[in-house]
Amino acid sequence: MKSPATIGLSAQRKEGLGKVTGQARYVDDITLPDMLHGATVRSRIPRGKIKKIIFGRGIPWDEYVIVSAKDIPGKNYIALIENDQPCLADGVVNHPEEAILLLAHPDRHALPKAVAAVSIEYDRLPPVFTIEESERQSEIIWGTDNVFKRFLVQKGDVDAVWEKADHVVEGEYFTGAQEQLYIETNGMIAAFDAKKGVTVWGSLQCPFYVHKALMALFNLPEDKIRVVQTETGGGFGGKEEYPSMIAAHAALLAMKSGQPVKIIYDRLEDMAATTKRHPSRTRHRTAVSKDGKILGGEIDFTIDGGAYETLSPVVLSRGTIHAGGPYYWPSVRIRGKAVATTAPPHGAFRGFGAPQSLFAMERHMDRIAQVVGVTPVEIRRRNFLKQGQTTTTEQIVRDPIDLEKLFGRALELADYDAKKKRFAYENERGPKKKGMGLAAFLHGAGFTGSGERYLSSVVGVEGRADGGVRVVVSSTEIGQGTNTVLCQIAAETLCLPYEDVEIAQPDTMDVPNSGPTVASRTAMVVGKLVESAARGLEQTLVGCGMLAERHTAEEFRAACRNYVAARGTFRSLARYEPPSDVFWDDEHYRGEAYATFAWAVYVAEVTVDLTTYGVTVDDFVALQEVGKVLNPVLARGQITGGVAQGIGFALYERVEWRDGRMQNSQMTNYIMPTSADLPPIRVFFEELGNAHGAYGAKGIGELPMDGPAPAVVNAIEDALGVAFDSIPLLPENIFDAVTVDAQPQSR
Amino acid sequence: MSDSVSQCEFSLRVNGVQTFVRACSMERLLDVLREKLGLTGTKEGCGEGECGACAVLMDGELVDSCLVPVVQAAGSSIVTIEGLAVDSRFRALRETFLEYGGAQCGICTPGMMLAAVNLLDKKPAPTMDDIREGLSGNLCRCTGYAQILEAVAEAARRGAAR
Repeated sequence: MKSPATIGLSAQRKEGLGKVTGQARYVDDITLPDMLHGATVRSRIPRGKIKKIIFGRGIPWDEYVIVSAKDIPGKNYIALIENDQPCLADGVVNHPEEAILLLAHPDRHALPKAVAAVSIEYDRLPPVFTIEESERQSEIIWGTDNVFKRFLVQKGDVDAVWEKADHVVEGEYFTGAQEQLYIETNGMIAAFDAKKGVTVWGSLQCPFYVHKALMALFNLPEDKIRVVQTETGGGFGGKEEYPSMIAAHAALLAMKSGQPVKIIYDRLEDMAATTKRHPSRTRHRTAVSKDGKILGGEIDFTIDGGAYETLSPVVLSRGTIHAGGPYYWPSVRIRGKAVATTAPPHGAFRGFGAPQSLFAMERHMDRIAQVVGVTPVEIRRRNFLKQGQTTTTEQIVRDPIDLEKLFGRALELADYDAKKKRFAYENERGPKKKGMGLAAFLHGAGFTGSGERYLSSVVGVEGRADGGVRVVVSSTEIGQGTNTVLCQIAAETLCLPYEDVEIAQPDTMDVPNSGPTVASRTAMVVGKLVESAARGLEQTLVGCGMLAERHTAEEFRAACRNYVAARGTFRSLARYEPPSDVFWDDEHYRGEAYATFAWAVYVAEVTVDLTTYGVTVDDFVALQEVGKVLNPVLARGQITGGVAQGIGFALYERVEWRDGRMQNSQMTNYIMPTSADLPPIRVFFEELGNAHGAYGAKGIGELPMDGPAPAVVNAIEDALGVAFDSIPLLPENIFDAVTVDAQPQSR
Repeated sequence: MSDSVSQCEFSLRVNGVQTFVRACSMERLLDVLREKLGLTGTKEGCGEGECGACAVLMDGELVDSCLVPVVQAAGSSIVTIEGLAVDSRFRALRETFLEYGGAQCGICTPGMMLAAVNLLDKKPAPTMDDIREGLSGNLCRCTGYAQILEAVAEAARRGAAR
């Protein structure tokens, strides 16, 4: 067998040609005959009872299809975990922008006026805007105590360490909401047929999440719901759970009108109403020896879940497990808590809780260094996890990872020591202060704990009539390279040219459920299953005597053609088998939290201009160990893109809330980085491999979101000698802190 | 809007073809291209001229088609991504976008490529700073821009502007 060696080479993006010629079809590019356009009437207050809905004058209401909660044939919720989020508010609203009514009309330009003409009278109830207000419990808005979920991770006897400690270091850290800001806004088209049921086409990450939600909403069996993913213009988690809501709305309008209905959110609606990254607060109290070793500590990690539970427990879980960073804790107690507020529910966003808790950990390491009197470099070196040691959940590190070596290489690539020296000298002169900042971190790949076992994903590879093969999965291409990498894996396994492999458009009528496209699991977990399914295809051909064990690509194609000609459909399925040595205790949150971790060290170089208080990132080194790099161009694109989002998280992207509503839901006033705002992002990989992933791959997608914010903020502290513990950190925040710091009493 | 305001006929040259459309004067060029002419390669990202996903060339200048009323485009020559796609002069740009990873989710790609064409037209041998500046009106959330900038630089080296 001759290997075409496509793994490790940069095969070109499978759907790339359509994207560079404008032929790729996104949901808004599709028009169906007799299609109506849908729009959503939303709550403009944070919380209250709906008294009256008034359809204003001047609108020909008989031209509109109108749907309310009472039109829902099944359950009025968006099925997910707790099923507490209504599809349409029924008598009460719990957050601004909550959907109340749906309208459809043949002319989309006729909709905004009609939406504005619906006025709603409420009996207002007191809102809860922040984590602190929620904790005070003066208003109970969820359950008995406003808490969606708690986790407790305990290792060793943390209560015994305080008296042994030479230093006790405390800190409190905050991160703000962040909008995913995919450039294609959310959208769906739905059709309803009394016999065939509901079909939706749309921009989404998880076809079977939408499928599950529609089954409950319409009270229909699984074969009467069909979900098709159209080309998707970015997701980053923002199209994980919310598309179920939009699909539900479009489908209800389609059922009532008997016509297909398209709902496309404009940017304002998308930013204000759909999910954002959970705001967080993390408190650290750490016992440290005089030589800078962590003895133990307490970490309180709290996130604002918004008005409904949605995915908050899972986001909290990942954030809690990552809260100790890549360090060895002899003892630790981590309390995670997700609380309810009257904000629109916060949701999935690349990193999923880890960027929040790792920001705190990496800021706190710099604080510990200062208290102990060693450098940020030294404090990390003295505490890195080593192979054979255990994480905070007592998972043994089996990777042959050498964090000290990784760290050393990153410092060298960044020219860290020389620059630190030079900046210390140069910062004495002039208003521009330069600094260097570090972040070391890890990111667990795949679902947490027993998650992959519960998912029990299935993947298929099919032989085609022309002798090539087709990968059939519900895993979606959202820009990250699913199509390309999964085709590379099948090609490598079957020793076929990459061109002989294609991948199905995700369509729940056609593809098995390979799980959601989230959690950095696609290349590693789904990829491994593609490898098994492809092997199954080959073994079938060999087993029935149509193919020799050793064969050429041409012989494989001939055998495949013959098989299909003789027997029709030729599909091989592979189901996830949990590794036998993985132990996870859901009750005590202990054990193997992830099949494997990716590891990274990032170094940021910044300039703070004390004339404008603006920060520029001048250089950025991103070094990571992500197992085998399956496609270097795509892998690098994941890192540079994630770093850009991380820099935005740190320095630019602030959601302005007023009465619980996002005020800056526009690209003109919610600022993401442009090409002129970013440094050269220098990307480097170490490749240790991974037995659990396809050809040694680990997860890569979320990792680069974790490190940039702490690295950048650590660099700003290095430049100014002022500590910042809250992001986003905008020029006005730096101005305030520096000018306060300049007051005589502070020195 | 369309039924309450009277429509007129406008003539524009779109991707080299003389085209007549009936539209209201203030209808956005973006909607005319997408809905009346079926040219859906031009994308809407923000609707307020911030993201550049809807960029097209109008008489050789890069414009955000969401900000141009069709009355203003009347009589002009418009080039969209569909026009670039069939033009062999832009082959190098398509190739380098694919080779260098310049397209991820693809939604900003049409606008990004038109901005690149506009830049290379004015500066056939741009520096990296020129490219960074020339594309800074086009937002991309996937790539962090590095691979887009490299794709444009390489296209220039391969003589894309000639």
